[in-house]
Amino acid sequence: MDTRPGHFDEMYSPDGSVRETFADYGKWFENEDPRQLIKKSDEAEALFRRTGITFNVYGDGAADERLIPFDLVPRIIGHREWARLERGIEQRVRAINAFLYDIYHRQEIVRAGVLPVELISDNVAFLPEMIGFTPPGGVYTHIVGVDIVRIGEDEFCVLEDNARTPSGVSYMLENRETMLRMFPELFGGIRVRPVGNYPLELRRSLTECAPLRSGNEPVVAVLTPGIHNSAYYEHSFLADQMGAELVEGHDLKVVDGRIAMRTTEGYRAVDVLYRRVDDEYLDPLTFSPDSLLGVPGVMDVYRSGGITLANAPGTGIADDKAIYSYMPEIIEFYTGDKPLLSNVPTWRCSEPDSLRYVLEHLDELVVKEVHGSGGYGMLIGPAASTSELADFRAKLIAHPQTYIAQPTLALSTVPILTRAGLAPRHVDLRPFVLMSPGQVHMVPGGLTRVALEKDSLVVNSSQGGGTKDTWVLDD
Amino acid sequence: MLGRTGSGLYWMFRYLERSENTARLVEAGLRIALTRSADATSEWESVVKTAGQLDSFHETHSTIDASSAVDFLLRDLSNPSSVRSVIDSARSSARQVRTALTREVWEATNSAWMALNDALERPVMDRDLPSTLELIRHESAIVRGALHGTMMRNDLYNFARLGTFVERADSTARILDVKYWVLLPSPTHVGSWLDNAQWETILRSVSGERAYRWVHPGPIHPRGIAEFLILDRQMPRSLAYSFSKIDDNLRLLAGTYTQRHDCHDRAHDLLMKVSNCTIDAIMAGGLHEFLDSCIAQTAALGAQIELDYRFHE
Repeated sequence: MDTRPGHFDEMYSPDGSVRETFADYGKWFENEDPRQLIKKSDEAEALFRRTGITFNVYGDGAADERLIPFDLVPRIIGHREWARLERGIEQRVRAINAFLYDIYHRQEIVRAGVLPVELISDNVAFLPEMIGFTPPGGVYTHIVGVDIVRIGEDEFCVLEDNARTPSGVSYMLENRETMLRMFPELFGGIRVRPVGNYPLELRRSLTECAPLRSGNEPVVAVLTPGIHNSAYYEHSFLADQMGAELVEGHDLKVVDGRIAMRTTEGYRAVDVLYRRVDDEYLDPLTFSPDSLLGVPGVMDVYRSGGITLANAPGTGIADDKAIYSYMPEIIEFYTGDKPLLSNVPTWRCSEPDSLRYVLEHLDELVVKEVHGSGGYGMLIGPAASTSELADFRAKLIAHPQTYIAQPTLALSTVPILTRAGLAPRHVDLRPFVLMSPGQVHMVPGGLTRVALEKDSLVVNSSQGGGTKDTWVLDD
Repeated sequence: MLGRTGSGLYWMFRYLERSENTARLVEAGLRIALTRSADATSEWESVVKTAGQLDSFHETHSTIDASSAVDFLLRDLSNPSSVRSVIDSARSSARQVRTALTREVWEATNSAWMALNDALERPVMDRDLPSTLELIRHESAIVRGALHGTMMRNDLYNFARLGTFVERADSTARILDVKYWVLLPSPTHVGSWLDNAQWETILRSVSGERAYRWVHPGPIHPRGIAEFLILDRQMPRSLAYSFSKIDDNLRLLAGTYTQRHDCHDRAHDLLMKVSNCTIDAIMAGGLHEFLDSCIAQTAALGAQIELDYRFHE
């Protein structure tokens, strides 16, 4: 396979030799017939369809369920590299949690002049309802997905923090199941750390964050917007694997000061709600009044300590792209240490000097909306046409505070299997982090997203990205 | 368990049962059409009527024939009770209650949906009809097998079974009611070794033609057919069998939840209708009236179950 010049390939060195982490896999691969592997690839797709691992694309009809393409070449991360990532991510997640506590209490970070106050006061993700309130166990971000990109042998950096309701963990688990089913022999020879405990760890972690009360095992439920949500499969999968009820808003109501679900035997109180409904739809009495997805009165119950919401409302402010640019300062402010994982350099277009630089270098940069997600509303300068560049230039001048810009990163590649053999494609990585009082837990693995188009840098599943199984090797 | 989960399971299995019953009705119609062409047209009308869909059929069609009837019953998406529609509804219910299903039951349901969508996407050619009907029964049998083989025998299972038997009782009562007049005692039919098209349809609609011959050797008698489908506790599609299964599953729920509801009384009443009574007594009281009350009481029982177990807000 020819690697892409100027981009680190995780399997092959530029001289064509297989790197250490992929050595065993490479030997196995050499002895495989590529045509047979392509057939396996079709089998995998049939398996995903039968299992119903599909997602609905926003804006499409309800009946339109799609598969996220799965590539069967794993992405392999060495023991040492993982240990480094783990330390860096844990530091970051603890800092995010401390930051959230602070901005909803004394706002020391603003008083210290580290963060401009308008970044908080003018931010739609900042919820005044959370001021002065401490969630049970002091945990804001029960589940965090940290998007990591690799740009060199030893260079990992954080592209984005997902502190609201990160999704994709079901793919991490199902991808592994699929690999185990299709290539059991690989797992006999290569010591891949298991990820299958995630649902149990999630349950443990959520349970430990339950409001304090004596007695029974806390009741955990997963709140989903319903079967038409793009991530419904994941909601049902996690509830099923945790042994938790999967509820919709209309299954819940306030009964005797608690949130209770309507069961065949009457109403039963819920202690922990792992909600996969966004803040603004959570409580029509507090937020969007026309929301049918939430539970009227849930915020009152929450504020009186009657239920744990995971993640806490208002955590979105921590994964805002403008806040992101301050993350190195935030980490240092709360942990006293330098960040172990670096940020991608980021120009805040709200600052005139930065805006000038961004406009001058537009064709080299990636420009993102501060509140955008899913790869929408973004410009990839080097790949953009003249008219796209002109469009964005106008938008930037009109609403500079809405945008940040970053250099186009030389994302690492990992080979995918194509009909013409292995071919390098760009990847990112989303490990999932669980937080409970005093403990941060990471399952060794994550979701590797891969851009299936040659040379493309967009890995989002809504825009033609695929996934790979992610292997973390044992020591 | 959530009320919505009870509802999802109950309806998922009602829909699956309906897909199978419709396939059987079409199969019976096809058989008559092939072997007794003189009776064919009126037979298709009676098949659609038995499926309880004659009114909705006439909303979009003026005349009835084999291909319009088959198409309407199997694949018309504007007909909410066509096989394609109910399989879609069953799968939607299954997605809603995914956490209540084992992986096997869910995958069997999802596979059934994929296979039948594929098979029913285009009009079914005459020569493909037998294999298509077989596929419908086959897919539904796999879901049932997965249910029996992998689900815990708890309240989830009870709600699934309630859906199956409420739907089945309704379907069997309808099959009989549409043709009740051919089962009435008449001076000209003293019993015959030669069956007639009507009797054959009734038995074939419940896949009972062979079993009937084993249970009632000798001349076929309309009284015997009525007895077989109403009172025979060994016949899995009879009213007596369906009512006893409904009663069993409701009693298990009462045990699990240590609470009885109105639906328990209603189920018991229905069971009593077909217990300790003879077919002669039913005939004497009026077969049509009897079947009519069975259909009405089954519907009322279904509504009561939904209410008692909080299927809805």
